[in-house]
Amino acid sequence: MIELRGVSKSYGRKTAVHDLSFTVRPGLVTGFLGPNGSGKSTTMRLILDLDAPDGGEVTVNGKRYRDHRAPLHQVGALLEASSIHTGRSAYDHLLAMAQTHGLGRERVEAMIDLVGLREVARKRAGTFSLGMRQRLGIASALLADPRVVMLDEPINGLDPEGILWVRNLLKGLAAEGKTVFVSSHLMSEMALTADHLIVIGKGELIADVGVREMIGRSSQSSVRVRSPDAARLAEVIAAPDVKVRNLGTDLIDVQGLDAEEIGLAAHVSGIVLYELSPRQASLEDAFMELTGEAIEYRAGEGSASTTALAKAA
Amino acid sequence: MERVGIPLGVEPVTQRRVVRSEWTKLISLRSTRWALAATLVLAVGIGVLACIVFETRWAHLSVTDRTDFHPLSVSLAGINFAQLSIGVLGVLAITGEYSTGMIRSTFGAVPRRLPMLWAKVLVFGSTAFAISLPATFIVFFVGQAILSGEHINIGLGHSGVFRALIGVPLFLTAMGLFGLAVGAIVRSTAGGIAALAGIVFVLPPIVGLLPSSVADSVDPYLPSNSGGAIWTITPDPGTLAPWAGFAVFCAYVAVTLAIAAVLLVRRDA
Ligand SMILES: Nc1ncnc2c1ncn2[C@@H]1O[C@H](COP(=O)(O)OP(=O)(O)O)[C@@H](O)[C@H]1O
Ligand SMILES: [Mg+2]
Repeated sequence: MIELRGVSKSYGRKTAVHDLSFTVRPGLVTGFLGPNGSGKSTTMRLILDLDAPDGGEVTVNGKRYRDHRAPLHQVGALLEASSIHTGRSAYDHLLAMAQTHGLGRERVEAMIDLVGLREVARKRAGTFSLGMRQRLGIASALLADPRVVMLDEPINGLDPEGILWVRNLLKGLAAEGKTVFVSSHLMSEMALTADHLIVIGKGELIADVGVREMIGRSSQSSVRVRSPDAARLAEVIAAPDVKVRNLGTDLIDVQGLDAEEIGLAAHVSGIVLYELSPRQASLEDAFMELTGEAIEYRAGEGSASTTALAKAA
Repeated sequence: MERVGIPLGVEPVTQRRVVRSEWTKLISLRSTRWALAATLVLAVGIGVLACIVFETRWAHLSVTDRTDFHPLSVSLAGINFAQLSIGVLGVLAITGEYSTGMIRSTFGAVPRRLPMLWAKVLVFGSTAFAISLPATFIVFFVGQAILSGEHINIGLGHSGVFRALIGVPLFLTAMGLFGLAVGAIVRSTAGGIAALAGIVFVLPPIVGLLPSSVADSVDPYLPSNSGGAIWTITPDPGTLAPWAGFAVFCAYVAVTLAIAAVLLVRRDA
């Protein structure tokens, strides 16, 4: 169980988290969702007492993290940025971590096997790929059999097989009754893994809902219409509770009417239709809708990644 | 899928467990092992080399060179180098954790943080002492054996010699802890090494530029000079008495460590 009450944190003038309150419950996978820069990593550092909040209170299983006698048994965390000395082997890293809690080589060996790093365990972590480092981080997180497992963007750098492995691991941990708190900026990933979602944008809470509820809450399904006379059709079907979005010269997206109503209206007005397709709102859409306003650098980031893609192609 | 929730013997974090963990950290870095070995080899090597030079050139040396010669200081010629390398290792013992991000794992396991600092002090301090003590005695005996060819050697029983030989490892240990404390305050490797080198090597010549009345009263109290008093065999009037000087240096180390401790608890990781 993780509880935040009115937590705020600024770095200089930059507010990273503002008046954040939520509870993460045991037995579920709780997805922590938000665009890049929305404060997910900051929140996790606050939970681990790595950074001190400017205001508010954070507790883990009823106490501040630092007040637990065996903290790694309370929270096992994988942080976003690498938290491993690059000059040390995976084995020695885990051993040093284990020894702080009276654990020994046997437990270290077990964790190395669990995450599948047996072959490279004696190599320096600096030589590891991002995926291997993530696995080592997960081994480190699970070392002391934590009651809360908290992972910051764990699937970054993992191959599809690794992603599936993490997904099953998280579900298994939740089924054992552990509190599982996992962040991502990818809604699609959370849709497959999480039972519950905490969504933040610009450091503030946007939603604290079950995954199913989230889909239900999102805008109704829409109908995509392609017609050479799309503009006139838009005028014809215009009504107070009908929302029409322009998606191209001959393509519109209509909310508030179903396909039959639109088809009929087109027929009556003699408008030719090339396409009339009902669309189900996805979790991704729901997420975009929720965070749309909270995304700060979307345009900049989008164009940067497009050019990167163009270069790669 | 394998179950990971097996019951196991998790124990509370104690100072002893943190010390054990810090020991594992120290010896598991290849770079640290190399640097410690290199320090030992160079501290001994430079001293031996200096003794060989004096022994073979003795017949040709001028009177002033002969009067300035002291068999103990010549055999300990490598210690000036060792103080820098141990100090830098002290800096690295903590800044290496910040530069790699390891510090977040460390604080995750020991969120109270101070046990980590005390454990590093203990582990790094005893390692520095355990390496510099034999190095000092080895270079002394080997050096004196070489110098005895010209009968210019000195014995262990000579006044002040034993004190100096115990003083060197104590001084090097304190210098290592000084580096550790500076590193904990500065948190960056480059900054930490620059700060340490500045205090140890740049401060004395700067003070030397001041009017001599001021310089003479400040000079003995500079960290490196006060600490160096414990292994100076012929104290000149401008230096502190051996143990008094060392006590002053230890006070510098203690104050720096105290500042490091306060900042460690207060600052964001
Ligand atoms: N240590 C820090 N110093 C300064 N700014 C920071 C620091 N950590 C985070 N921030 C800022 O706080 C905001 C939230 O960052 P972060 O928590 O990393 O978001 P997320 O993990 O959701 O991408 C960002 O604007 C980031 O630039
Ligand atoms: Mg992040």
